[in-house]
Amino acid sequence: MGERPELAIETEGLVRHFGKTRAVDGVDLAIPSGAVYGLLGPNGAGKTTTIRVLATLLRPTAGTARVFGHDIVTEAAAVRSRVSLTGQFASVDEDLSGLENLVLLSRLWGYSRPAARQRAGDLLDAFGLGDAADRQVKKYSGGMRKRIDIAASIVVTPDLIFLDEPTTGLDPRSRNQVWEIMRAMVSAGTTVLLTTQYLDEADQLADRIAVIDQGKVIAEGTSSQLKASVGTGALHVRLLDPDRRPQAEELLARTLDLPVRREPDPAALSVRVSDSERVAYALAELSREGIAVATFALGQPSLDEVFLALTGRPAEPEPASNNGALAVPEPSERAPL
Amino acid sequence: MTTTTRTDVVLPEAVQGVLSSTRPNRPGPLSTSLTFWWRAMLKIKHVPEQLFDVTAFPIMFLLMFTYLFGGAVAGSTGAYLQQVLPGILVMTVTWITMYTGLTLNRDIQRGVHDRFRSLPIWRPSTIVGPLLADAVRYTLASLIILLLGIVLGFRAGAGPVGVVASLGLLLVFSFSLSWIWTLVGLLVRTDNAVFAISNMVMFPLTFVSNVFVPPETLPGWLQAFVEVNPISILVTATRGLMHGVPVAGEIGIVLAISAGLVAVFGPLTMWVYRRKA
Repeated sequence: MGERPELAIETEGLVRHFGKTRAVDGVDLAIPSGAVYGLLGPNGAGKTTTIRVLATLLRPTAGTARVFGHDIVTEAAAVRSRVSLTGQFASVDEDLSGLENLVLLSRLWGYSRPAARQRAGDLLDAFGLGDAADRQVKKYSGGMRKRIDIAASIVVTPDLIFLDEPTTGLDPRSRNQVWEIMRAMVSAGTTVLLTTQYLDEADQLADRIAVIDQGKVIAEGTSSQLKASVGTGALHVRLLDPDRRPQAEELLARTLDLPVRREPDPAALSVRVSDSERVAYALAELSREGIAVATFALGQPSLDEVFLALTGRPAEPEPASNNGALAVPEPSERAPL
Repeated sequence: MTTTTRTDVVLPEAVQGVLSSTRPNRPGPLSTSLTFWWRAMLKIKHVPEQLFDVTAFPIMFLLMFTYLFGGAVAGSTGAYLQQVLPGILVMTVTWITMYTGLTLNRDIQRGVHDRFRSLPIWRPSTIVGPLLADAVRYTLASLIILLLGIVLGFRAGAGPVGVVASLGLLLVFSFSLSWIWTLVGLLVRTDNAVFAISNMVMFPLTFVSNVFVPPETLPGWLQAFVEVNPISILVTATRGLMHGVPVAGEIGIVLAISAGLVAVFGPLTMWVYRRKA
């Protein structure tokens, strides 16, 4: 171990108990640097505890973890100089103004007084908080709060940033701003470890995802690998003329040699498929028969379906967005389960 | 460097512009402690209500006790004031040391300490800084008592030098005592519990002492306690310094107790702070 510097984080059998609660129960992770890595799981899965241990805020009960090759227990100071954590709750002082908070942190990082003021001002401007510089943070909106939290984390830009559910409770516009910030950081070379319970967020942002449930990693890989491991995708076809559905159904069943399912929509059909070549052939057959198609889309299973397949329970919030559509006129709609 | 100052506009280019690999030299313990001191000062600026206890208590105590007990204990309020003022000074300032623990406990509950704890800085500075800031509060409380005392007729026999020396001794002791409350602040869950525990300790320590009455009037067993009570010893030293009575022995004991408190509760606090879940 340790001689693989391309890994930002490496854990082996990481365990953290709180009394009898096994919050983290044997987590093995190998997180490459320079990318967004997502820890996905429902509330109480152990995501926050995992990153608090990795950020040296909690000691592991058992197991080892290295951050950029530094042991989180014996070389905690070295770890702290390279990482930073944006927690779910207040990570800045609500009684102070935005400017004061950032000056405070800049001073703690070793900036001189004038340099700290300059740095704080630059950060506020870049995060769209220039006008709120002298306002107390407790008077900020949710989106502004999250941005000052992140700004506070990059006073000295870390090599690795932990973002604990950075978009929970934000409106869509603020959420997009946080996503933009994350993308900008990654393209500048920072590794991002993101926890989220939003499947679409992990899907959109994370290069690799670990699905965590009850303190254990139950699946790991890229978003597409996770989906592929669960099963095949689904073909969604919607006809212009509902009357021709029986004909299309028969044709699809014949060309794909798979069971075809009638959707509640009288013009729609779906097929669980794995072979996209035959799908293209089926589209050609439909057109040869003169059956007009409104939508013809090949979608991968959503992360919702992934979670359901992995745990036997649905994940909590919001439906995932669709993705990977081999679409003809428009992206597919989600197949009702 | 950056162009946008409009609130609520985040431009990816601007964000990338402020990502900097600049790593200033790590600041030393003194510098980070002073930064945390500055933070505590800013909090006083933004939340001035927190000075209420510091200002209201001393005024209340001094007026109440002088006029309630003065006649009974010392024959006149004027004579009593000379004895009771140094005592009330000690009582008030040592009592407000508990706010150190309260503040720390609230900080931890709010989560802002996670940020500080994840910084590569000398860790005790998060506690030493606020303790230094508390010294400002203690001084403020002391000045209020002294000014009010002078208006009521208090005259320090040893003059300003004696007063300053006694304040110095009181600050040293209070700073040392605060370490007990930082430990309590780390160990208990709520700020109410900190408040309850510190009151439970400070009430008997300050009242069962020589602050209000001469110990000779007490029953023997109580006298024994009063004589070894560190608060009594501090009060004797403070009175001595203010009125020019030699108290070198008491000063020595107070300093020794202070050193002992820091030696025991300082490392203990930091040990709990590092381990804290």
